[in-house]
Amino acid sequence: MSDKDFHVRFKNVQKSYDGKQLVVKDLNLDIEKGKFVTMLGPSGSGKTTCLMMLAGFESTTHGEIILNGRPINKIPPHKRGIGMVFQNYALFPHMSVGENLAFPLEVRKIAKPEIEDMVKKALDMVQMGDFIDRYPGQLSGGQKQRIALSRALVFNPELVLMDEPLGALDKQLREQMQYEIKHIHEQLGVSVVYVTHDQAEALTMSDQIAVFNDGVIQQLASPADLYERPENSFIAQFIGENNQLRGTIEKVNKNIANVKLENGENVSALMVDVKDKGEVTLLSIRPERIIINPKTTKNSQALEGKVLELIYLGDHIRCRMMVSGNDQFIVKIPNSSTHELLKVGEKISLGWDKKDCRALKP
Amino acid sequence: MTFAASEGADNSNDGKSLRKKLLRAERRKKFEAIGLVTPLLIVMVVFYFVPIAMMLFRSIDNSQMAKILPQTSIAIQNWSGEGLPDEITYAAIVGDMKIAQADRDLAKVGRRLNFDLVGFHSLLSKSGRKIDEIKGPPYKENLIAFDKKWGNEQYWTVMERGLKNTTLLYLLAAIDLKYDENNKIVKVPEYEAIYVSIISRTVYISLSITILTLILGFPIAYFMANTTPRTRNLLMIILLLVFWTSLLVRTLSWILVLQNNGVVNNLLMFTGIITEPLDMVFNRFGVYVAMTHVLLPFMVLPLYSVMRSIPSDYVRAAQSLGAKSITAFIRVYLPQTLPGIGAGALMVFIQALGYYITPALVGGPRDQMVSYFVAFFVNERVNWSMASALGLTLLILTGSLYLIFGKRVNIANMKLG
Ligand SMILES: Nc1ncnc2c1ncn2[C@@H]1O[C@H](COP(=O)(O)OP(=O)(O)O)[C@@H](O)[C@H]1O
Ligand SMILES: [Mg+2]
Repeated sequence: MSDKDFHVRFKNVQKSYDGKQLVVKDLNLDIEKGKFVTMLGPSGSGKTTCLMMLAGFESTTHGEIILNGRPINKIPPHKRGIGMVFQNYALFPHMSVGENLAFPLEVRKIAKPEIEDMVKKALDMVQMGDFIDRYPGQLSGGQKQRIALSRALVFNPELVLMDEPLGALDKQLREQMQYEIKHIHEQLGVSVVYVTHDQAEALTMSDQIAVFNDGVIQQLASPADLYERPENSFIAQFIGENNQLRGTIEKVNKNIANVKLENGENVSALMVDVKDKGEVTLLSIRPERIIINPKTTKNSQALEGKVLELIYLGDHIRCRMMVSGNDQFIVKIPNSSTHELLKVGEKISLGWDKKDCRALKP
Repeated sequence: MTFAASEGADNSNDGKSLRKKLLRAERRKKFEAIGLVTPLLIVMVVFYFVPIAMMLFRSIDNSQMAKILPQTSIAIQNWSGEGLPDEITYAAIVGDMKIAQADRDLAKVGRRLNFDLVGFHSLLSKSGRKIDEIKGPPYKENLIAFDKKWGNEQYWTVMERGLKNTTLLYLLAAIDLKYDENNKIVKVPEYEAIYVSIISRTVYISLSITILTLILGFPIAYFMANTTPRTRNLLMIILLLVFWTSLLVRTLSWILVLQNNGVVNNLLMFTGIITEPLDMVFNRFGVYVAMTHVLLPFMVLPLYSVMRSIPSDYVRAAQSLGAKSITAFIRVYLPQTLPGIGAGALMVFIQALGYYITPALVGGPRDQMVSYFVAFFVNERVNWSMASALGLTLLILTGSLYLIFGKRVNIANMKLG
């Protein structure tokens, strides 16, 4: 695909603030039109920096960013037509809500009556129509958030950037806003680049998630792929919960490896980023993919585990076990009448589909 | 007892006893707090408010007159103001004059009443010299025989007003007003009117200084707020250095720099830009330069403090919304610096209003401000009342400005640095 097919392309982008350390190292990211793409990563991983480069407030040290097929560094920030929701909202404190929303329209020299219509529409979209005369200082965090969102959308940008917009809200409000933002995105069809360090938020909202760590994108994938098919051990650990078992590859058969664990037991696993016999590998298995007392078939295998702790969580029971020297091995057992009851201290056999066990570089 | 009843009945009782308990508990704390601040309060009152109040009171204080002419001041209270006073009043003034003449106090009365009515001074000194010749009644005829002015109603009007315990005379004089013969407040003649023009000159100079410090201070403050911590600290030290050198030294150094064979003139002449030295000191220009320099930190510091608290996100947000840098600056950044501009302007303006030493040293005769005349009346004329009246005018001016603008810029919330 060429540049034209993407809304935004980061091509080998690097960024350094001090000339010594690269905050962003060789970033490549393609964003399709109308997609909701999330940059997910721990604090300090360079997410905000990427947004700032895209919005034009920071220069790229190396590489280029293409917006609608044009290199972006030729376009000044105010001509990029990118809506932006800032981490702390950045609502102008000396302007009322209405004036804040009218601002982007006024600087575009749109006629007064039209401005009024557009402002009203944008406010109604976030159910804040009654707040047009309030000042930002008179709004709660959630209300400010909605206003900031509608201000970033009022001039009908094709691309909207959001930098941890829900970071300051409480959990319940955050979840409600996640759905609202998602719905607005679907309704308007704009491209969204969303930044967060909250993986649940990223999984709920995104079409695609780019996981950042250490200045590079570790994996770009849909939420389901990211969760179910992590491509390296960072992703496996960062997204959701994963059990990890250390071992050495003994035999390779196509993409299935036979791995010898530290306690000598043998298991088969799907090779993801490991290649050769003799390599040390980290196996990762989701707690909910583990089967208790499996009927051994061609695709599954059995390991022995000792129950250490049982935590009752209502819909499921969380069971901490000792498996191959790892005493933090978690198994989630659905709370159903067909499941047998476990006891602490009991030794049981565990199994899983070998596709669910991923062999990754440690 | 039902729940509702108990709630209704006990609430008021509980409320009261709770309040009592709270009061009792808080009382000790209150006493302690008051005990702690009392010394400070006393110091404030004794060394701050009392002297100012006493000084200001001198602008309306007139009790000295009644002390010199005590009987007259009582007797004249019965005078209706129409026609001449009665014989008792004449007798009283003769008695008072005899004592005052002996004590050499009569001239004070004369000087003071001459303010109101020219001729009073000579009348009193002339009559005072021969007052002992009047040995008995009729005092009225005897006195009028000395000088016909004693039979002039106008002199008695002035006398009556002059013997009151307080007078508006000095305050009126400070704004070029006076009492006329009929006890009405009128403007002084054109050639005597100087104070209004001095006050307006003071306001004009202060306003110019305020604008100059704003124009110079805004970019400095902006730069300081948006630079690296190193540069910022360096600039801050340079700015505060101004406070470590004495005002006198700073002002005098400007004379060295700006005088006819000073650095600036020499440089300009050396480079051939001018052939004759420019007059840059002992005139308005010198006042502007020196005062702007001296007052600049008072503009920069509040501005800087406000600017530091404005996150760069606002201007960025404005730009992302489609505003050019200049639009973003004018419509988003500038309005948020208004509290700083207001506080800085108010501080500079109010200080400039009361400036004395700088204009006195680097200004010419036509650049002197109100404070100069306050000093003049105290040092040269020994007229504390007039000095104090001018001081009060200044205070009223400053106070009203503070009330008008101080609220708006919320100066109490300003923090420096
Ligand atoms: N303006 C700046 N000057 C210097 N360093 C910066 C600046 N902004 C961010 N950084 C550094 O760059 C790194 C990445 O920051 P940022 O992009 O804000 O990360 P994130 O948004 O993922 O938390 C951090 O180590 C941060 O200290
Ligand atoms: Mg960030």
